Amino acid sequence: MSENGELAGYKGLALEVLQNIGAEIGDFIRVIKGGQVFEGILIPRSEYGDDKHVVIKLRSGYNIGVRLTPDAKVERVGRGEKPAFVAPPLPEQNPALPKVSIISTGGTIASRVDYRTGAVRPALTASDLYSVVPELADIARIDAQILFSLYSENITPAHWAEMAKTVAEKIAEGVDGVVIAHGTDTMGYSAAALSFALQNLPVPVIFVGSQRSADRPSSDAATNLTGAVLAAAKAPFAEVAVAMHETISDTAIVLHRGTKVRKCHTSRRDAFKSVNAKPLAKIVEKRVVMLAEDYKRRDPSRKLVVKPNFSGKVALIKFYPGMDPAIIDWHVDNGYKAIVLEGTGLGHVSNRLFQPIKRAIEKGVVVAMASQCIWGRVNMNVYDTGRDLLALGVTPLEDMLAETATVKLMWIFGQTDNPEEAKQLLKTNIAGEFSQRTLHEEMREDIKQ
Amino acid sequence: MTNEIDYTRMGLKVGLEVHQQLETQTKLFCSCKPELFKEEPEITFLRRLRPTQSELGQIDPAAYFEFQKGVKILYEADRQTACLVEMDEEPPHPLNMEAVEIALTVALMMKATPVDEIHVMRKTVIDGSNTTGFQRTCIIALNGSIKVGEKTVPIQHISLEEDAARKTGEEDTTLRYRIDRLGIPLIEVATAPVINTPKEAGEVALAIGKILRATQRVKRGLGTIRQDLNISINGGALTEIKGVQELELIPLVVEYEVQRQLNLMKISEELRKAGASPETIKEEFFNVTEVFRQTVCKVIRKALEKGQLVLAVKLPKFGGFLKRELMPGIRLGTEMADRAKFWGRVGGIFHTDELPAYGITNHEVEALKKAVDAQEQDAVVFVANAPENAQDALRAVLERAKEAIKGVPEETRAANPDGTTRYMRPRPGAARMYPETDIPPIQVTEELINSIRKRLPELPEQMFERLTREYALNQKLAKQLMDSEYTELFETIAKESKVSPTTIAVFLTETMKALKRDGIPIEKVSETKIREIFKALGTGEITKEALPDMVAWLSKNEEKTVKEAVESLGLKTLTKGELGKIIDDIIAKNKDLIEKSGAKAFGIVMGMVMKEVRGRANAETVSELIKQKLVEKA
Repeated sequence: MSENGELAGYKGLALEVLQNIGAEIGDFIRVIKGGQVFEGILIPRSEYGDDKHVVIKLRSGYNIGVRLTPDAKVERVGRGEKPAFVAPPLPEQNPALPKVSIISTGGTIASRVDYRTGAVRPALTASDLYSVVPELADIARIDAQILFSLYSENITPAHWAEMAKTVAEKIAEGVDGVVIAHGTDTMGYSAAALSFALQNLPVPVIFVGSQRSADRPSSDAATNLTGAVLAAAKAPFAEVAVAMHETISDTAIVLHRGTKVRKCHTSRRDAFKSVNAKPLAKIVEKRVVMLAEDYKRRDPSRKLVVKPNFSGKVALIKFYPGMDPAIIDWHVDNGYKAIVLEGTGLGHVSNRLFQPIKRAIEKGVVVAMASQCIWGRVNMNVYDTGRDLLALGVTPLEDMLAETATVKLMWIFGQTDNPEEAKQLLKTNIAGEFSQRTLHEEMREDIKQ
Repeated sequence: MTNEIDYTRMGLKVGLEVHQQLETQTKLFCSCKPELFKEEPEITFLRRLRPTQSELGQIDPAAYFEFQKGVKILYEADRQTACLVEMDEEPPHPLNMEAVEIALTVALMMKATPVDEIHVMRKTVIDGSNTTGFQRTCIIALNGSIKVGEKTVPIQHISLEEDAARKTGEEDTTLRYRIDRLGIPLIEVATAPVINTPKEAGEVALAIGKILRATQRVKRGLGTIRQDLNISINGGALTEIKGVQELELIPLVVEYEVQRQLNLMKISEELRKAGASPETIKEEFFNVTEVFRQTVCKVIRKALEKGQLVLAVKLPKFGGFLKRELMPGIRLGTEMADRAKFWGRVGGIFHTDELPAYGITNHEVEALKKAVDAQEQDAVVFVANAPENAQDALRAVLERAKEAIKGVPEETRAANPDGTTRYMRPRPGAARMYPETDIPPIQVTEELINSIRKRLPELPEQMFERLTREYALNQKLAKQLMDSEYTELFETIAKESKVSPTTIAVFLTETMKALKRDGIPIEKVSETKIREIFKALGTGEITKEALPDMVAWLSKNEEKTVKEAVESLGLKTLTKGELGKIIDDIIAKNKDLIEKSGAKAFGIVMGMVMKEVRGRANAETVSELIKQKLVEKA
């Protein structure tokens, strides 16, 4: 939305008219046309709107769009008052509380609304966060930092490296845990990336996002954030996790292991699910309850190992009926080092792809197989197709998520260029990405209260 | 009383907001059925609503208070009437254009100017009635007017909004809401505050309702229309009254509110004369638990058994004022209790103006007064509850007491079914609205407006003219019919049955009204059944006299058909043969009497026969047959 003084969103005719009368967003303007008078505050216009309307906020608080017909007369009635928000001072910090660092990468976890123009402004500094979510002051001493302001679909492996280094700095400063605020779309990928890049963690690193924007009273942002901060401050584990709603109710926040989590719904609060694994823990009534039996314990004396390099030359390819085999060839010819195939069922692709896969592997490209079923384990010994692909040298990925496998291979090729070494690493369980047993309860019912 | 009060001199100003559910295929922002469900919910979920901060750091104090108290909302849903949109688990779908067209139709009928571009707004509402924490609403048209008698009433705006979830319960700090109603399209028509008498408020509401119904695209029945009123008088304050469901109640609500404000102004004057002032009201709470240690008052005993306490506060010079009636059944003490319930989540308060009572003895009252050092002219208010709730409750009482000294507080009140009102919440500040960014603005094109203008329904005055002309209804009957809900049904029946329009109109107005007055739940008889009844009447299967009994029976037997009603009541029209036999019997039995009576014989026989066959035979047929028989006998 707009910054002060700009005519955000206006273009063409409307922009010209507004510039001519010297109007700015927030000013009082008047449009007279067809015997009617429309008066109110000039509001920013959506960038996708046309150039023939101006948007004004009437005294009743409603916005309307007024068409600029040839007979319309537009006047500026008065200057608008600029909102002068002064963040309240930091509340007194309780020295007995744990220290938590919040790193913001984008996605608004807290915000305030400018009811005057409708703009939603993110709350990013520590004092801002405290003023919007005052409960935080009872959980931890917060330090907040803005690393990026990116929509999560614009995050790349280079950003993962930055995140890993920043977390390492905070841990070196001696914080009791780190929270990373992140847009939800690719949060699962980033969580997997940091699971591999931050090894031997002494304290937890918790990713958090929201499925409903922070400006609305029903937002999940504040509950998720307090859950994440609580986990960072007090959870007994020292792993990378994602903190989000467990169900569509505001009752519990669940912590998913960074390598086992996937966004499984476009819009629900409980979109994030642990796939082929139990969640690590959950937070109920301000207490962390462990759910996984096997986890790395918090140990501040442990020495963190940071391996922040990633390669961009890894592709995730979803197989579909009739897929052109040349797609595989293209990746090989363009220098890709690894391909994760999202095959059907137990781990299959059409035999028309066998030849290009054979060629890829001969050229030193690592080809690995995950399943597009999402839930369940790949097993390539059951059918001929699977056995043939194994014979070609395809690496089965067990119960690993295709997304995690892709991130893992990016990370692997950030560490080595040797395909054999890479395959070895790929098969090694580094951050809980594999599990030996697939349990019954792990495919979760979609609607469960 | 109405006639004695000069409302104009009092400066009475009333503005109306009429909210009416539209009859559409789907809800306003999704494709769910716009219906309610009665069964147990299939889905429930628990939420909290957090007041959002504005750019200026302001938070609605009442809202933040509720949040801090840990208020939770349990939502109930079923799969027919709610999807993820109502659950706030999916962004809204585009605005329902069917609803926009209905709203534009109303706008043009009220001579309003449609906006060029519709912008959907979010109006912050965090009492739980909206899962999102805001109500989606948009202005469709501005600056209209309607004629009510000789007066032109300006219509400020016509807007379209989503109906809210309906409250189904409340336990401790958990509110229960059902989201079936959430998202049903509502049209809101707001008048300027130009109404000057209670009677006029009723007339304006009726006129707006008539225009809405003339579109034939609004829902019918209780709960589908709700009126909000803004009322103020000179020296008083602006009161917002929410949710008046019955049109007939509006004048009474206005009268009562005027009465309440006048009484509050009088109390304020007397309190000041008695020496009360905001400064003498001190936030000093006394723990008087010991006074009630042996009490037989059940409420207090229960609280003490739970380990809670009795907390009291003194209101200097308030003695006698708490029992002063503001409107029927509502005293100043009631207003304080309402505040205490809202802010302190207590069941109620006790005060010395109403004691001894409730098992509290005179002795206890004396001990109480002594404990708080109250004089004869002071009042004492006390609460038995957990310490925190009790303190919040008494703080709210003190606040209300200070306001009573000043005069009339600005507040939002909810309408009771008897026309009185109760405290709901403080009046919100400036409308907290911001754009609904998930829905792109909708342009209202000339083309759309012209196509709606072409098929604009009749205005009520046009319909009146046509009803009298086409159906030969007299003016009184046409007017009554238009005031009823049945104009549309009337025309359907008149077209499909052979019954005379006047008979149909009399039934739909006078008969139905009389039945309702007798406590018959006529709303339980569907329009389809009423149509069938008239078909039966048209074919002579039943008689006109049978109609009231049929409706009464069907209202008590909702599942039964018209045919079953006829059979069960034995209302089937008698054949001429059957009727003739009955007449013959009566004539035979009363042979002597008939011979003696001479010319009066007809009347006597008619009376006897009608007594026997009422509802099963048409009076004209009976009279004809009797005449024939008497001639034959003679």
